[in-house]
Amino acid sequence: MPFATTSLPLASLVDAGAIAARNSTRWRPGLAAAGKAALHSEVFASPNEAAGAGTALALALDDWRNLPRGDAHAGTPAEPDARPVLWVQTRDAARLSGRPYQAGLPKEVRDRLIHVLADTAQDALFALEEGVRCRDIAWVMGEIAGNPKALDFTASRRLTLASEKYGVPLFLVRLDAARDLSSARMRWDVTSAASDAPRWNAQAPGAPVWRAELFRARGHAPGEWLLHEQGGTLKARRERQADNDTGALNWTAGLQRRRLSQQA
Amino acid sequence: MSTRSGDLGSSRRILAIWLPAFAIDRWRIVTREAGGTLDSGPLVLIADTAHGPRIEAANRIATDAGARRGMMLADARTLCPEIATAPSDPAGDLAFLEQLAVRARRWGPWSAIDEPDGLLVDVTAVAHLFGGEEALLEDVRAGFARRDLAIRTAIAPTAGAAWALAHFGRAGAIVDRELEPALADLPVAALRLGSDVLTVLRRLGLKQIGDITTIGRDALQRRFRKRKVPEANPLLRLDQLLGRIPEPLLPVIEQHAPFTQRRLMEPIRHRALLDQVVSDLAGDMAQLLESKGLGARRLELGLWRVDGEVAVRRLEMSAATRDPAHICRLFAARLDDIEAGFGIELLRVRASWTEPLALAQGYIEAQAESPGTSLATCIDRLTVRLGPKAVSRPVPFASHIPERAQRWKPPLEREPPTQGMLEFHARPLKMLDTPERIAVLYASPDGYPQRFRWRGRVHEVARVEGPERIAPEWWRERGSVRLRDYYRIEDERGRRYWIYRQGIAGDGRGGAPDWFLQGLCA
Repeated sequence: MPFATTSLPLASLVDAGAIAARNSTRWRPGLAAAGKAALHSEVFASPNEAAGAGTALALALDDWRNLPRGDAHAGTPAEPDARPVLWVQTRDAARLSGRPYQAGLPKEVRDRLIHVLADTAQDALFALEEGVRCRDIAWVMGEIAGNPKALDFTASRRLTLASEKYGVPLFLVRLDAARDLSSARMRWDVTSAASDAPRWNAQAPGAPVWRAELFRARGHAPGEWLLHEQGGTLKARRERQADNDTGALNWTAGLQRRRLSQQA
Repeated sequence: MSTRSGDLGSSRRILAIWLPAFAIDRWRIVTREAGGTLDSGPLVLIADTAHGPRIEAANRIATDAGARRGMMLADARTLCPEIATAPSDPAGDLAFLEQLAVRARRWGPWSAIDEPDGLLVDVTAVAHLFGGEEALLEDVRAGFARRDLAIRTAIAPTAGAAWALAHFGRAGAIVDRELEPALADLPVAALRLGSDVLTVLRRLGLKQIGDITTIGRDALQRRFRKRKVPEANPLLRLDQLLGRIPEPLLPVIEQHAPFTQRRLMEPIRHRALLDQVVSDLAGDMAQLLESKGLGARRLELGLWRVDGEVAVRRLEMSAATRDPAHICRLFAARLDDIEAGFGIELLRVRASWTEPLALAQGYIEAQAESPGTSLATCIDRLTVRLGPKAVSRPVPFASHIPERAQRWKPPLEREPPTQGMLEFHARPLKMLDTPERIAVLYASPDGYPQRFRWRGRVHEVARVEGPERIAPEWWRERGSVRLRDYYRIEDERGRRYWIYRQGIAGDGRGGAPDWFLQGLCA
């Protein structure tokens, strides 16, 4: 059935959808280029896999690469950003899911990592806040295991405000944690997904792929993506091939299709 | 003091003064003052040892007759029966040398004792006050001649070179730029080496310093690779001589660490007052350091209590600073557990480790643009609260064993140069502190793993790559250590791990090999 001959109710639905889509755009990689990067994100993950830290690093790198740099008007080339990255872990988190290993880190992070090992969650929160207040730090990664009492809504709000005041992004990986109250601007739930087969050895594990569910975000509709890195940029695709074909920007596409299939 | 490497010509000028007949000269001075008769014939100074008296010093006539330092007196008597003796006085000699070192500060702001019979004076940029370096040496010679002390002097860019020229070069040598050719003709003894090393060098046919450079550095490096002490390693000594590596020396009058203190009229017992006094002290310290062009790396705050107790709090900063607000904040975190008792009556801040820190332009725009703290400040705050070990950065280390290939260093230290990493070595994003043992099901003992149990869950292996064999480091570990076969695997739900099998079946180093999970891939 051609689209032009749809009945009136569907057309009104499309209009409403267009307005809603303008107000609340879908999340997509590279939003930092438009200045829409969230400064405080939480990533929930299992401690038995490195998907949480991997996704947090990938998201942070995506924001960092797309950050507008240099003086666009004067046309001066941007100098490379060599500020260090702060990675804070509680002792529990380090014991459960290991410490960062330099040879396995992405190239951009490899030689500018500063690692902080905190005994308790309070100390880790202190370190996160100090990191977020520092203008010489590119971004802050945190790893906290469980739902410690110190990390309540007040503490997370404090981190959000500090990070938005000083403009330093914060990515907090929550290992083995329940989805408690938090003021983080984006909250992800991440697990590993089967990787694509490498070109030369189909039996080997390929480049990492993560199934990331954005379950709460300010300014974005929730959704689920398969994230992977390709040629130094973050790519997101939907699990169903059909979702990838229609414009990813129009979140009403799914509704339309359902409507159309019902009518057919 | 440390002699800097690099631009030798423009850096330091060190004056070495050697008193060749120091003990005898001093004996004459002491004897003359006591109204005794001076030596007219052969004279030796002796020390008593378990095997009888031994000669410590001999005057010129005794030396001509055959007496030498280190000889037994009985042996010397057989050569020259009319030899006269006097007891030697090493403690008195050292005290006298120290006096001379203090006195030698008239030629330069800094002097050191060079035991047993020499002095070193830093005469950098002071020669013009005496009318040039020749005139300075002449003044030194006249000063010692007035006291009947024989000397040999030399001026060179490093302490080692000045010492060598004073002992073995021509008298009054002044070397400015061409240090290496000037030292080439000196005997190897000028390197200040131990007697056994000198013997080795003599047997190798290396008689002059110039010879060492001719046979190639690598050959000597191999021979002396185990010798870490400069006295035992001619290459280290040569580098010190040429100023390529620093040589620390203790000045005769030590340099005082800057300190400020507050005596309080009334002992304080409350925290608010204490904070006020500490901030005053930090302000004083900042002024003091600024006047000297220094920044503090380590600060000690001492709190003297009325009842005689002293509490000391130490701070160590990751970069030199003299910002009073920063210092105050760091101290405030360390003052929570201070017991005031009956009150604190004296506070003192001492900068026990300082580094040069030039005056810098204050923040006019930078502060307004980006209001955050600087990296050094952030690291300091973290270190003070979490402890010095908590903040670190990973640096690569030359080793095949994955857990040894990474070390943790203080965050702001410069990274040592290392070889690049091999691109085809896929390494995990995270590494467990200790590899965790897993139970693995495999088709054949040396084959791919099919299924494994880790932390109580079963993982089906879907994809696998390997093995990457990493052999134990035989030069470091015992022979019974087993090799590791690493596999990169992905399980049925896409979780990626780095596991290894320790040993292979039938390698004669134990039973069936164990499997471990070491890394979590992104």
